[in-house]
Amino acid sequence: MTEPAIEVRGLRKSYGALEAVRGIDLRVERGEVFALLGPNGAGKTTTVEILEGHRTRSAGDVSVLGHDPGQHDRAYRERIGIVLQQTGVDEYLTVREVVSMVAGYYPKPRDVDEAIELAGLTEQANRRVRKLSGGQKRRVDLAVALAGDPELLFLDEPTTGFDPSARRQAWETVRGLTELGKTIFLTTHFMDEAQALAHRLAIIADGRIVEVGSADELIGARSHASHVRFRLPDGVSPPERFGARPQASASAWELETEEPTRTLNDLTAWALAAGTELADLEVRRRSLEDVYLQLTSEAAEGAADAPAPAAPAEAGA
Amino acid sequence: MNGVALALRQVAYENRAFWRNPAAAFFTFAFPLLFMFIFNVLFGEGAGRFFTPAIIVFAVVTATFTNLAMTITIARDEGVLKRIRGTPLPTWAYLAGRIGHAVAIAFLLVVIVAGFGALLYDVPVPWDALPALLLVLVVAAVTFSALGLALSGVIPNADAGPAIVNAIVLPALFISNVFIQMSAAPDWLDAISHVLPTRHFADAMISLYGVGGSVGVPWTEIGVIAAWGVAGVLLALRFFSWEPRR
Repeated sequence: MTEPAIEVRGLRKSYGALEAVRGIDLRVERGEVFALLGPNGAGKTTTVEILEGHRTRSAGDVSVLGHDPGQHDRAYRERIGIVLQQTGVDEYLTVREVVSMVAGYYPKPRDVDEAIELAGLTEQANRRVRKLSGGQKRRVDLAVALAGDPELLFLDEPTTGFDPSARRQAWETVRGLTELGKTIFLTTHFMDEAQALAHRLAIIADGRIVEVGSADELIGARSHASHVRFRLPDGVSPPERFGARPQASASAWELETEEPTRTLNDLTAWALAAGTELADLEVRRRSLEDVYLQLTSEAAEGAADAPAPAAPAEAGA
Repeated sequence: MNGVALALRQVAYENRAFWRNPAAAFFTFAFPLLFMFIFNVLFGEGAGRFFTPAIIVFAVVTATFTNLAMTITIARDEGVLKRIRGTPLPTWAYLAGRIGHAVAIAFLLVVIVAGFGALLYDVPVPWDALPALLLVLVVAAVTFSALGLALSGVIPNADAGPAIVNAIVLPALFISNVFIQMSAAPDWLDAISHVLPTRHFADAMISLYGVGGSVGVPWTEIGVIAAWGVAGVLLALRFFSWEPRR
């Protein structure tokens, strides 16, 4: 079991003059939930679709479960399940019919009712797909991807358009699959989703991986700064030495510190002496979202500074 | 399961979905029969001898070429084809399933049109020419299916489907002895029409219906139709797309 589920070296993909993926290395272990995060147009979907076998690569080595997905062979497709961003099924069939139809393509399918239950569609099993709501149709995608009992599941933005409770339910499903030893490759826009599900994640920007690690590693590696937030009565400002910045909402302030203990001690001492209250006092560490925004904006600036090899120069203005 | 069994299974699912949309199913059958009725009223006594085989041609072309070009384009735009391509189902088995269902519907239509011709317009089915008739129908149905798949590859999106498909099918049928007899057509138009598979299909059906078994097997017509079929397969291999066009 030492062979990784996914191994990618030097992956590149160009569409004409545009290079969407510019040399990616990835390694995903078996049984791992791995998330690929990145802004629109960063190369997420291109990367996943190359791994799935939907797209050919321009350069690089890709091995998924020991197969080369570029060969589009049947033996490979028997071992994976795919939830694409947008796919359709024959909407005149019922949920159970669609799942049984697809289950029949696989040598060792999962029980049809079990796949439907895992996707949370038991009550809708006998309804025609066209009668379902948008979120329920998305769950049909999941049920269909689970029908073949795949070892590796690709989920491309699986919960986009879900309401909060449906998202939680989908997360539970994903966790259940991990307990069964399945490997999951996930792309998402949602930081909370990546943080809740992924053992490790990679942030992709402008066709390159800018950071890989667990959420804790990613947050810790960049900075140990804590954010302190509080409100003061109108007209009262904290002393300059705290470096606090006024916030948009009424009389709120925020500061960043590498030494939260000393800063808080200092700040509360000042407030007591000044006879004022630090209302709604909040201390939090940097969130994954802060790190993500920092990394992706750095990458965007880097791309703007460097002479763009592919795009015409005036396009950057 | 082997590919052939999977393709047959796909036909069964196609068929189930087809009848779940009764309005679409009804008009698939009503459309050629309506044309048959109108032409017989317009052209009067004896017109059935021409229009029964002609409407059979019309029915086969709409049930295969028109239907597949439009529904495959819709399935592609909705992502159904991409989904299938990510599963272990061999892609040829999926397409064989779609074609198999289209051909089955076409044959059901042929039986219905031939039955109407015999019962309402006194045009007997040429039983003595049955083997030749079936050969022509099979070759034509497969050819027009392949051409439908090839055409779907160049239709940019589902909304453009009906306009493009009709712009090809209707003129071809008008100059192919289907709606209007070509006996009065100028030579140059007749020459163009003789390039088309629809013309050869119609001529074969009309002669088999008119003269019966004595005419033998219309090998020339079958040959031209089959050549278009081979071209259709090659064009489909070149242009067929599994993903929505952007």
